[in-house]
Amino acid sequence: MDIYLLEAVINGVLLGGVLALLALGLNLIFGVVDVVWIAYAELVMFGMYAVYWLTNVYGWPVLLACVAAILFVALLGVLVHLLIIEPILGSAPINQLLATGGLLFFLQSLATLLFGTDFRNLGIRLPIIELGDIFISFSRLLAFIVALLGASALYLFLSRTFLGTAIRAVAQDREIMGLMGVDQRRIYLITSAIGGGLAGLAACLLMLQYDVHPFIGLTFGPITFMICVLGGLGNMIGGFVAAFIISQIIAISGYYVSIEASYVLAFVVFIVLVLIRPQGILGK
Amino acid sequence: MLTLTDISAGYGSFQALFGVSLEVKLGEAVGVIGPNGAGKTTLMRVISGLLPAKGGAFSFEGRALTTLPAHRIVAAGIAHVPENRRLFPRLTVEENLRMGAFLPSARRHFAERLAWIYELFPRLEERRRQPAGTMSGGEQQMCAIGRALMSKPQILLMDEPSAGLAPLIVDQVFDLVRRIRGEGFTVLIVEQNVQQVLEVVDRAYLLESGHIKLSGAAAELARNDDIRRSYMGI
Amino acid sequence: MTARLLALLAALLVLGLLPLLLPDYFLHIAVQILLWGFVYTAWSLMGRYGIVSLGHGAFLGIGGYGPALLWNLYDVTPWLGIPASVALAALLALVVGYPATRMRVVGHYYALVTLALSQVVALTIIALRDITGGSLGMTPRAVGFSWYALQFPAKGQFYVLALIVWLAGLGVWIWVDRGMGSKALEAINEDEGAAAAIGINVMREKLRITLVSAALTALGGGIFVQYLMYVNPETVAGVGVSLQIVFAAIAGGMYSLLGPTVGALFTLVLTEGLRIYFGISFIGAANTIYGVLLVLFIIFMPRGILGLIERLMTRSRRTAAAE
Repeated sequence: MDIYLLEAVINGVLLGGVLALLALGLNLIFGVVDVVWIAYAELVMFGMYAVYWLTNVYGWPVLLACVAAILFVALLGVLVHLLIIEPILGSAPINQLLATGGLLFFLQSLATLLFGTDFRNLGIRLPIIELGDIFISFSRLLAFIVALLGASALYLFLSRTFLGTAIRAVAQDREIMGLMGVDQRRIYLITSAIGGGLAGLAACLLMLQYDVHPFIGLTFGPITFMICVLGGLGNMIGGFVAAFIISQIIAISGYYVSIEASYVLAFVVFIVLVLIRPQGILGK
Repeated sequence: MLTLTDISAGYGSFQALFGVSLEVKLGEAVGVIGPNGAGKTTLMRVISGLLPAKGGAFSFEGRALTTLPAHRIVAAGIAHVPENRRLFPRLTVEENLRMGAFLPSARRHFAERLAWIYELFPRLEERRRQPAGTMSGGEQQMCAIGRALMSKPQILLMDEPSAGLAPLIVDQVFDLVRRIRGEGFTVLIVEQNVQQVLEVVDRAYLLESGHIKLSGAAAELARNDDIRRSYMGI
Repeated sequence: MTARLLALLAALLVLGLLPLLLPDYFLHIAVQILLWGFVYTAWSLMGRYGIVSLGHGAFLGIGGYGPALLWNLYDVTPWLGIPASVALAALLALVVGYPATRMRVVGHYYALVTLALSQVVALTIIALRDITGGSLGMTPRAVGFSWYALQFPAKGQFYVLALIVWLAGLGVWIWVDRGMGSKALEAINEDEGAAAAIGINVMREKLRITLVSAALTALGGGIFVQYLMYVNPETVAGVGVSLQIVFAAIAGGMYSLLGPTVGALFTLVLTEGLRIYFGISFIGAANTIYGVLLVLFIIFMPRGILGLIERLMTRSRRTAAAE
């Protein structure tokens, strides 16, 4: 096989890791609360700014800044639910979607106000690994590994703990959760916190590789929605698989045509697939 | 003791219960019988907190429960086995049982309670890793009852446990109820299968169109001509 | 009846004479209110029936870039370029709308698919940067005053054009509202299965309104670009402008005739006001406020400003009648 194609494929897999993490967070929230946070990528963006600010302005060590950023976005998640979702839980689902759309606007512009439109970079230069003729950036590899670890931790949490089981149960039969002694509101808040935390983790991983600017959410946000819908909205495993499929489409067509065309292609593939099978590849 | 005083409830503008009063003493098994649409399920849902009462009050062991949300009522010791089982279909049997033990007080004793339920229902242990939705009706009923028992409730509410089950399985379910009673649980059962339920409970109430029409000892009601004619096909 | 007609005519007269009365700056604002109002009205033709598209940027973008590209590359007059782009936008709406309706893609899924669609158009525009100028945008080749090129350096003619287009849009809205299709679409929104069961041709109704909405949006885009003599992917395509359309229509009130125009008035006045007040030092202030307002509107005023006014008026009418 062409060595550069192999490199593209590998990079695609590595990219898929972070996308999968993003999809997990979005799917988790949708599965439990039944709302799509259109502004999810913007929460990640704020997490990225948090990492940047703590390290470059306050001089915190990177690891500490990352932990703080994760907690910060988890808190943001709780606020989103309390201030935006809860007041309209009863109204039409589309209203909830639109409300998070307003949040998207708000976060993008707030970031512009607070941070300006310049691209900010962590300034960390991690080495490039050489495997034969293939070059793999260490930061990308690290991001992939951490993303997988995060996904595994989530899996263990959801399958082994009481709270995790309750979170999975809510998606299956909301009404009788009270009979199990589960306070629905608490579950929603905890899930929003976890979803936010996952976004925060993704923010740290993205900050290792990319610059941040107020509109960066537009580069991976729509893709994340695509991935979730393709895998079946709310289906964690589906989203996980779809993330790698989409990232491969992007990587391989990026290699053969161009990066920009690859994104167009990914979206077109998405539209076609959804119109053929709206419930997603692994949807119910 | 569970006491309902003058409970009224309904859905929107539709009223299903009109001033229902009843009581269940600890250690008893009480039945509520009546035709379809009488309000039996509504009654269960009010007690377990799934549906707010529009009027009246109910208390358990002196503690007023009328305005409490469902998750607090189960913490107070009342567990509800819902109509149609309502298991979490994609969770395994064991995970469903785990959900039954969600309360902190139950979580602490999860392992021993799980062992106890598996002793009561060996079939559940066989199928512990099977998704609950793939089991047969009778097995699902066992699982639903087991799930409610995981919180070691003081009162077990059972909503039409025999619904949708084959006659042989129905017999097994009522044997189960006897065994549960034997273990010392207080039970309030709502049932359409009048004949079998009257053989299992001490007392019963007849609920028709949201009103309590009759109440008394089970044996008495079983001899009642009207009941025999209307509900037992005799 | 005659009193209302007279009032309407008077209003039209005033509107028509505005170019003579207003200085250039206000005329510029007026043109934008009319054109954006037209676009928002076009979107609300779908939105009011529960078909919430987050992708109208796609149609706006096609309508905006199409004529400009045809003019710059092939000297095609916008009089042909705009209809061609409108047709393309309508075709796109058909190609996506048909399977979407067939497969019952609604609600969240529909919103996300349309969002992807607007991204496709925006990204395609950027990817074809050799022709379109990418993110930097492009300008139609200027030839001074020309009917053929649909370019009028002075604002007066564009004002009249915008006024006509806007009125036509209102006309389409009224036509849709009065037609049988409106009732059918309301039924479909209520319960699509039940509507189909009583014989409503869901496919035809939904596709028809989607095509009309897409076509009008594209038309708005085409005229806009001719007016501004500049276009870039951010302002006419992509997620940002799609959300802006939704926000303005909802804020103004997407269930009423003039609601979307009120939304255009509201957002434009707000933007300009903020720009004047804050200057360049607070870029992003306007959108920050939009974001907050959108959330607040959804929570407290889902029927928008006009909806609120209508509700207040009905209430005062009712109390007046009771007295």
